Amino acid sequence: MSHGNMNLTLKIWRQNSGKEPGQLVTYPVKDISPDMSFLEMFDVLNEQLVSKNENPIVFDHDCREGICGMCSMVINGRAHGPKTGITTCQLHMRSFKDGDTIVVEPWRAQAFPVIKDLTVDRSAFERIQAKGGFVSVNTGTAQDANCLPIPKDDADASFNAAACIGCGACVATCKNASAMLFVAAKVSQFALLPQGRVEATARVKNMVAQMDAEGFGSCTNTGACEVECPKGISLENIARMNREFLVANCKD
Amino acid sequence: MSKLDSKIPDGSLEQKWTKYKSSVALVNPSNKRNLEIIVVGSGLAGSSAAASLAELGYKVKVFCYQDSARRAHSIAAQGGINAAKNYQNDGDSVYRLFYDTVKGGDYRAREANVYRLAEVSNSIIDQCVAQGVPLAREYGGMLSNRSFGGTQVQRTFYAAGQTGQQLLLGAYSALNRQIGLGTVDMFPRHEMLEVVKIDDKARGIIARDMVTGKLERHFGHAVLLCTGGYGNVFYLSTNAMGCNATAAWKAHKKGAFFGNPCFTQIHPTCIPVSGDHQSKLTLMSESLRNDGRIWVPKKQGDTRKGNEIPEEERDYYLERRYPAFGNLVPRDVASRAAKERCDEGYGVGASKMAVFLDFKAAIERFGKTQAKKLSIENPTPQQLKEFGKQVVEEKYGNLFAMYEQITGENPYEVPMRIYPAVHYTMGGLWVDYNLMTTVQGLYCLGEANFSDHGANRLGASALMQGLADGYFVIPYTIGAYLSKEIAVKPIPTSHEAFDAAEKEVQTRIDKLFAIKGGKSVDHFHKRLGKIMWDKCGMARNEKGLKEAILEIRQLRDEFWKDVRVTGKANEMNPELEKACRVADFLELGELMCMDALNRSESCGGHFRVESQTEEGEAKRDDDKFTYVSVWENKGNNEWDLHKEDLMFDVVHPSQRSYK
Amino acid sequence: MSNASPNFLTSSIGKKFLMGFTGLFLISFLVVHVCINACIYFNDSGETFNMAAHFMANNIIVRIVEIGLFLGIILHIVQAAILIRQNNSARPEKYAVQNLAVSSKWYSRSMGLLGTLLLMFLIVHLANFWVPTKVAVFKGEEHNTFESLKVVFSSPLILIVYLLGLASLFYHLLHGFQSAFRTFGLTHKKYTPFIKSFGFWYSVIITLVFASMPITLYLGIIK
Repeated sequence: MSHGNMNLTLKIWRQNSGKEPGQLVTYPVKDISPDMSFLEMFDVLNEQLVSKNENPIVFDHDCREGICGMCSMVINGRAHGPKTGITTCQLHMRSFKDGDTIVVEPWRAQAFPVIKDLTVDRSAFERIQAKGGFVSVNTGTAQDANCLPIPKDDADASFNAAACIGCGACVATCKNASAMLFVAAKVSQFALLPQGRVEATARVKNMVAQMDAEGFGSCTNTGACEVECPKGISLENIARMNREFLVANCKD
Repeated sequence: MSKLDSKIPDGSLEQKWTKYKSSVALVNPSNKRNLEIIVVGSGLAGSSAAASLAELGYKVKVFCYQDSARRAHSIAAQGGINAAKNYQNDGDSVYRLFYDTVKGGDYRAREANVYRLAEVSNSIIDQCVAQGVPLAREYGGMLSNRSFGGTQVQRTFYAAGQTGQQLLLGAYSALNRQIGLGTVDMFPRHEMLEVVKIDDKARGIIARDMVTGKLERHFGHAVLLCTGGYGNVFYLSTNAMGCNATAAWKAHKKGAFFGNPCFTQIHPTCIPVSGDHQSKLTLMSESLRNDGRIWVPKKQGDTRKGNEIPEEERDYYLERRYPAFGNLVPRDVASRAAKERCDEGYGVGASKMAVFLDFKAAIERFGKTQAKKLSIENPTPQQLKEFGKQVVEEKYGNLFAMYEQITGENPYEVPMRIYPAVHYTMGGLWVDYNLMTTVQGLYCLGEANFSDHGANRLGASALMQGLADGYFVIPYTIGAYLSKEIAVKPIPTSHEAFDAAEKEVQTRIDKLFAIKGGKSVDHFHKRLGKIMWDKCGMARNEKGLKEAILEIRQLRDEFWKDVRVTGKANEMNPELEKACRVADFLELGELMCMDALNRSESCGGHFRVESQTEEGEAKRDDDKFTYVSVWENKGNNEWDLHKEDLMFDVVHPSQRSYK
Repeated sequence: MSNASPNFLTSSIGKKFLMGFTGLFLISFLVVHVCINACIYFNDSGETFNMAAHFMANNIIVRIVEIGLFLGIILHIVQAAILIRQNNSARPEKYAVQNLAVSSKWYSRSMGLLGTLLLMFLIVHLANFWVPTKVAVFKGEEHNTFESLKVVFSSPLILIVYLLGLASLFYHLLHGFQSAFRTFGLTHKKYTPFIKSFGFWYSVIITLVFASMPITLYLGIIK
């Protein structure tokens, strides 16, 4: 089946399981259309592998519209590929040239062990959230939504932090594999709202403690996470979390 | 008939839910601790149900196929969520929301369910705000509303273009809280492959650990399916790649009847297909229709670029056909009109299967207002355009960026191309007022059930229904069943019913591997999608549907003879996952066509070419079809049709008109 | 939710806080240092400079602060070593290709390397000046620091070592200054731009003034 006219060389990380070592394997792909998304190019390659009775490449993906946060590839050394502000699934082949060699690797971090090929285990994020990424309010106990006016600027800032899709590109990009941007986005989302202030002290302490326990690195403030974040989560959130953490620890 | 009891409470419409709540049997707290509930799916319905039930004290297990509950496809909903708050003082009420929803659904939904939905809509907003969901606000600090999907009141709450994401994160945070408290066990990367029934009651599931490939048995006093819709039967849809019908379909084959399978919503504003490599379609919020104008060239087969076609040679067909609603007609009407133009040869773009959505007029209009606002006299056309673009960017910047990312075209300069795409399925497992399917103890919530949207869902209603079911309906209605189950001790998963169910799954998986055929799973999925789209898509007719049924049967036979599933069962294997799902789609597709064939009227998203008015609008046949088609699986791809007659005591069905 | 009480100083943020705190302390010391150095520009054959140096070497309060200074340096280094170890183990398997140049500045990623260079420079620097002064104080002799300056900086090799050391200092400061403020959570949309540009100009000025000294001495502008 012909699609387009780009021919590429792919070097893709193959690893059968977390227990076995992996390596980069070279695959040529032909007739790629510039209108294809990067993951559709993977579909074409996988279709070829299946036709040769080989195991297709396993990679995480779901919504393919940049919101579920499932896709996770480091492409030519950059999380989610060469463009900023998008996820891997939103990357299109027109961002590459005919004849390019593209190296694709999984997120790499101690806290994100490889499950298979390009798929990693991001459950560390889940455990961090279970420690405090919520407001303790039971269903049905809420007062009328407009009883609590919230300044628009605060609501917007909270929204901007809440736009995080939990993909882990910040960890993948950070030279220290630090999860600060992710955790800070969660902490900030609540810290900025009066509903979240009630438990702010416990939240930041519990979430930071879990973050440390998961084996993420610390923050060097290089700012790489902010640049590679597909949702543009601001470094400002990290500063806010540091402040929250400091104040929380001064309190008791 | 006897098999269907919708259990709608007596009393006046306004009193049904209130009375139900105060009379439904309760389970005392010490008994709740001993009752286990399985929730499959972690979207809005699943997460909210799991969190709320765990808060009540039940022991809950949640399963999802993604690596995190937060990734369920509810996250992709853009537009908003409706509620009858009447914060805008524009005359909204529970009754109006109810009325609009029943009418929007083309009088094919249950009055009592829809009324309850409208009633609890307000509590949803309260709950979400209390959880810290950052909904859009005005400068005064109050919540902001917009009008959405052609309603005449502003009742839609939103969080920029990411309302689904924010609401899901709210429900997910409530779920996380319970996980942290140890009341919910979460099983991500698990796919449910079978329902376990003991003495005709749902008592558990068989799930596959998608990392190790191991089949697991899980017991529950009740099982809740919150697994979303089945739009992926069309291969190309706005659903996520993993969205599937498997859980619902297995339940269906175990005795849960399927309601209105043919009711599919085709969304008008999606980015068109760009080639045969296409794996999914991307929706752009229909809020674009508030300011964009939809048109095609007046000349058939016009190959000029959009910008090169002069004003007088453009056909703004929605404004022409529906002067009252114009570009804001409901989704089904807008979709069909686009298809009609393209089928007649007026389509645009390389594929000719697209229409223009043009912001030129809006940019000019905004430019003028902006210039006035900035007190600039005699602005140059260039200035006007710049101002206009700025306003458009503020309102729709993220959508425009998305469009440019996907198509490589700059929508500020050239008109966008759009085409309808499968978006939502109103059909699903039939449930009674308690949200219980025809299998005792098996519930179905959210998009997965047939419920509240009738034949067409209104914008911003899906989020409302998912959360209503999960937060405010199931916590009450499940008590009606579980209060009678308190004496049932957890059944060990060594029970023979679990043995049998697991064996069934294992056999099916083994069978798939044993075929060792020549064609990939996607090959079959794409072919099924094409049959469905061509013959059971936006316009359906008897001949096409009959052909489709035969073609699907052939394709299914071919699948079971010639599919190739690579790899092994005991490892992470997406090919196997897809094969299991496509095998079910190949059966569901046939049922959808049968249902579409049976319903020879047009209503909502279901358009039968044989049933239209002289102007080509959908024509309902209330005398013959005021019922829910409920299909009972008899095995071997045979079904019996049951009918649940719909009573309209309060709203009187009228022909929808948007002229 | 219940409130866990992790030890602040052993948490990742706490460690960074200590880095920032000691860093800013050392930064403030540089101001004193540079001011004293600048005394050579009286161009009075080091008279003023030697007076200041004498004061620094003999004043009791300065002596006490000096101990704090060394403690600060040691803490900064030890803490850095711990953090670098932890950060390295946070990514045991490295990327085959990593393109960080587009997302961050090289010096922000090289604080460990720059710090090590600085440490090496510091050892040379202490050996050149601090040790002889101490020896003199210990022996009760008068030490002409200005004279030893002239001697040391007559060597082009030493001059190059110093200039490289100061280049490391410049980049270390350039990142470290504003990074410390972020770590303390001291950001504000109004004041952060000020802090950032202050940090930038601070790094530039401090480094330039320091560098001007060996250069002018080497070239014989200051005698």
